[in-house]
Amino acid sequence: MSLRHLSIDELVDRALGGDRRAVGRLLSIVERGGAEAEQVETRTHAHGTDAHVIGITGAPGAGKSTMVARLVAAFTAASRGPAVVAVDPSSPLTGGAILGDRVRMAEVDTSAFIRSVATRGHSGGLALSVPGSARVLAAAGFDPVIIETVGVGQVEVDVTAAADTTVVVVTPGMGDAVQANKAGLLEVADIFVVNKADLPGASDARRDLELMLELSHVTGQEDASRRPPIVMVDSLAGEGIDAVRGAIDEHHDHLVTTDRLVERRRRRARYEMRSRAALAFERHLDDQLHTSEVAAMVEDVLAGSETPSSAARRLWQPDAS
Amino acid sequence: MSDPLEEWRAAYDTARLRDVPFETMSGVPLEPVHGDAPYPGQYPFTRGLHAAGYRSRLWTMRMFAGFGTAEDTNARFKELLRAGGTGLSTAFDMPTLMGRDSDSPWALGEVGRAGVAVDTLADMEDLFADIDLGGVSTSMTINGPAATLLAMYVAVGEKTGVARADLAGTIQNDILKEYQAQKEYIYPPRPSMRIVTDMVTFTTAEMPKWHPISISGYHIREAGSTAAQELAFTLANGFAYVEAAIAAGEDIDEFGRRLSFFFNSHTDFFEEIGKFRAARRIWARWMKERYGATDERTMMCRFHTQTAGVSLTAQQPEINIARVATQALAAALGGTQSLHTDSFDEALALPTEKAARIALRTQQIVAHETGVASVADPLGGAPFVEWMTDEMERQAEAVFAHLDELGNGSILEGVYAGIDNGYFVGEIADAAYRFEREVNAGRRIIVGVNDFTDGDEDTEPNLLRIDHTTEEYQRKRLEAVKHDRSQEAVDDALAAIATACEDPTVNLMPPIIDAVKAYATEEEVAMAMESVFGTYVETAIV
Amino acid sequence: MSSTPPPPHRIVLAKLGLDGHDRGIKVVARMLRDAGMEVIYLGLRQTTDSIVAAVEQEDADAIGLSMHNAGHLTLGPAMLAALEEAGIEVPLIIGGIVPDDDRPILDAAGVAAVLGPGSSAEEVVATVRAAIDAA
Repeated sequence: MSLRHLSIDELVDRALGGDRRAVGRLLSIVERGGAEAEQVETRTHAHGTDAHVIGITGAPGAGKSTMVARLVAAFTAASRGPAVVAVDPSSPLTGGAILGDRVRMAEVDTSAFIRSVATRGHSGGLALSVPGSARVLAAAGFDPVIIETVGVGQVEVDVTAAADTTVVVVTPGMGDAVQANKAGLLEVADIFVVNKADLPGASDARRDLELMLELSHVTGQEDASRRPPIVMVDSLAGEGIDAVRGAIDEHHDHLVTTDRLVERRRRRARYEMRSRAALAFERHLDDQLHTSEVAAMVEDVLAGSETPSSAARRLWQPDAS
Repeated sequence: MSDPLEEWRAAYDTARLRDVPFETMSGVPLEPVHGDAPYPGQYPFTRGLHAAGYRSRLWTMRMFAGFGTAEDTNARFKELLRAGGTGLSTAFDMPTLMGRDSDSPWALGEVGRAGVAVDTLADMEDLFADIDLGGVSTSMTINGPAATLLAMYVAVGEKTGVARADLAGTIQNDILKEYQAQKEYIYPPRPSMRIVTDMVTFTTAEMPKWHPISISGYHIREAGSTAAQELAFTLANGFAYVEAAIAAGEDIDEFGRRLSFFFNSHTDFFEEIGKFRAARRIWARWMKERYGATDERTMMCRFHTQTAGVSLTAQQPEINIARVATQALAAALGGTQSLHTDSFDEALALPTEKAARIALRTQQIVAHETGVASVADPLGGAPFVEWMTDEMERQAEAVFAHLDELGNGSILEGVYAGIDNGYFVGEIADAAYRFEREVNAGRRIIVGVNDFTDGDEDTEPNLLRIDHTTEEYQRKRLEAVKHDRSQEAVDDALAAIATACEDPTVNLMPPIIDAVKAYATEEEVAMAMESVFGTYVETAIV
Repeated sequence: MSSTPPPPHRIVLAKLGLDGHDRGIKVVARMLRDAGMEVIYLGLRQTTDSIVAAVEQEDADAIGLSMHNAGHLTLGPAMLAALEEAGIEVPLIIGGIVPDDDRPILDAAGVAAVLGPGSSAEEVVATVRAAIDAA
């Protein structure tokens, strides 16, 4: 039957009962945002809190999708029920996107749930929708929930902030390790994967990473008790995948036994609250810009009777003068 | 004797010419060639492979067709042979092309539809029943499972008393372009290349009359590439096969001359002519300079041409006859060795008999009425044509340089890398989309599609329909063959194939020949190889 | 107050069966992307099962199937039957060479629209939008 006329509550009930179409529909609602998304959040946030959320990131062409496909198969073989949220960029010009990750995951067991997500341009949007999507999937019983991102920059930061464990994938011979360092990924990585380890230069890539980790160790990492392992993988041949899964499980155990999981979740909650507040405030500001009071302030700035800084302060602190 | 003109004259004088007047229809006598050296038949063969051009021999009018059961096709083969033909051309249906049997769930709706269905040696025996394989030349258009089909052909020959050394023909077997364009692959590129190289080695040693690869740009172009990309990717694939065979210890002057090419003839007239001429020049230079060929026959780029199926419009289909005519003319002026002309109704369905006949008549008009066959390379020396030839070469060389760099000095490795990182499919998809947008914006006119559309509402011509009884028949046939064979022999033969796959020093052809003789099916052989080689899934580059 | 903009249409594009001709489907994917849609591209050699799973998980608004060989009369109805069995009411659009005589058969079977060769970007986008709006 069609899901079109079901209420949010009915959809959530179905999703909790394992109805995949209902899960798919709820994810759309969460991605869209707004009041309905909040309703979904209200119903799902208390469920599935044990699910392990894994962020996987790295430069385009690093072979992440192929590795994720193999990883999903490894989790499925271990009787886990994984889900994947695969994020691809939207076109900045048209807002459209071609989402091709399912092709690379073609051989994944049909029991896994894969969702393709476009960044949809709006700033901070993923920071809201990705945690919400992970919540829906976890509530529906999927564990682990893998979030895979393509590209570099804010998207990665948003996604890693939503994860318990972050895996950074690099490839040999492309200066990936150096790029990852510049992008600040070394600080957030819990596990490194050198993919395409059959290619020449794989051991160089490993050495680069070790060197940079050595340096960042000196400057101080968040979790000084643990050095991120470096796992060599050949995704096409399927070699090293079990080691990645092992490293992920090991990291999870580490978080649990050292009470760092709670600290991570605290950080996740803080980041999500901040993102939601920031978006709400941005929208509020956008609305303000069209009021006559702000129009008057703009004239004052133009006339030189008020500085842009003081006008801005009045925008977010209406009582300041 | 070192004067090129004298050399050309000597070569021309030894050629046996066709018995037709070499003069215009008004009676003006014609010289066999004009312009400057190097002349036709002289390295680097820009102006053609033979001193006399088409005066000695016209291009071969090779029409490719086929559908239904092996028996249907056999009947048509015999008709063709009775009419004086000597070349048999086989098209296989989609499941056969993909290494799937007719009873596979993947075969639903496809059995016998676009070509003949071959599941076991029994079908191949039917296909060539009562035909003396020692007296014909057979062309087989198949790639992924090419080794199995060649093995079946060898087995049919031996069962009917024709030694493999006496079998003549061509098998397409161009697996690289499958990853780039046509997408009919089974295994990943490297094991696939091992199969191709094993076939080159096997035929070089045991089947001297067999052409083990037809390196095909046709499908690259149909997938949307530009003319220069078609030229560049095809020749690069050719270099890759040469490098693989040399690495396997083969002598370039032994196998090189048995490589042939297959190009598309599209609508932009002079670009196509430039492309054909550039192909010959580039191939000759690379064979000689980069790969050290010493025999001129190794340096000769021989090619078959087909007119561009993708250029045919569903709107006002009859006007496709005019498109095919100009494309056929470009192929002739470009110096093709053989030509297939498309039927006007192919944008709608498989060709009807009448449409196929009109297509053949079209190239007969080019050959016998236009006079272009009377003078070798008649456009040679024309500034625009020479410039276009140079331009095609320049663009192709830029691609070779890129692949050479990708592969650290190996074109073979560069082609693997380009497949792996989506270079080929990305370039082709970009070119296809650019063309569509130009058509869409009206900057490029396609008659009947975005302009001159009066007449688009005409009713469709009669189309060929294929009934579904073939599917049923073929499944029952397969069931019967499986019932009658020794399962134990099949299992042993398949296990031997898998073992051979694991050892790269073993040639795969002998165990495959043993398996097909035991009536192992095409899919069983493919699965045995897949168990070692794995399968290939394309990375999405849209 | 600013309101949430309507989300982009999501369409699953796939090749069903063995045929590997993907020039058309790739061009269509780009046309739809450039019209602001989210295209979930499944690529070659899909089955009715894999397409159903993708439509469920991706919550797609439409399905586009590309065919080159004359498989539409077999594969089109097979796809519709699989969707019906899964209880999915999503419009199915078929692209490729479909003779005029076959169109009424596909219409009757429940195919939402057929796009022939040479369709312009405007036609492609308008057809997909209309099919989604009508559903």
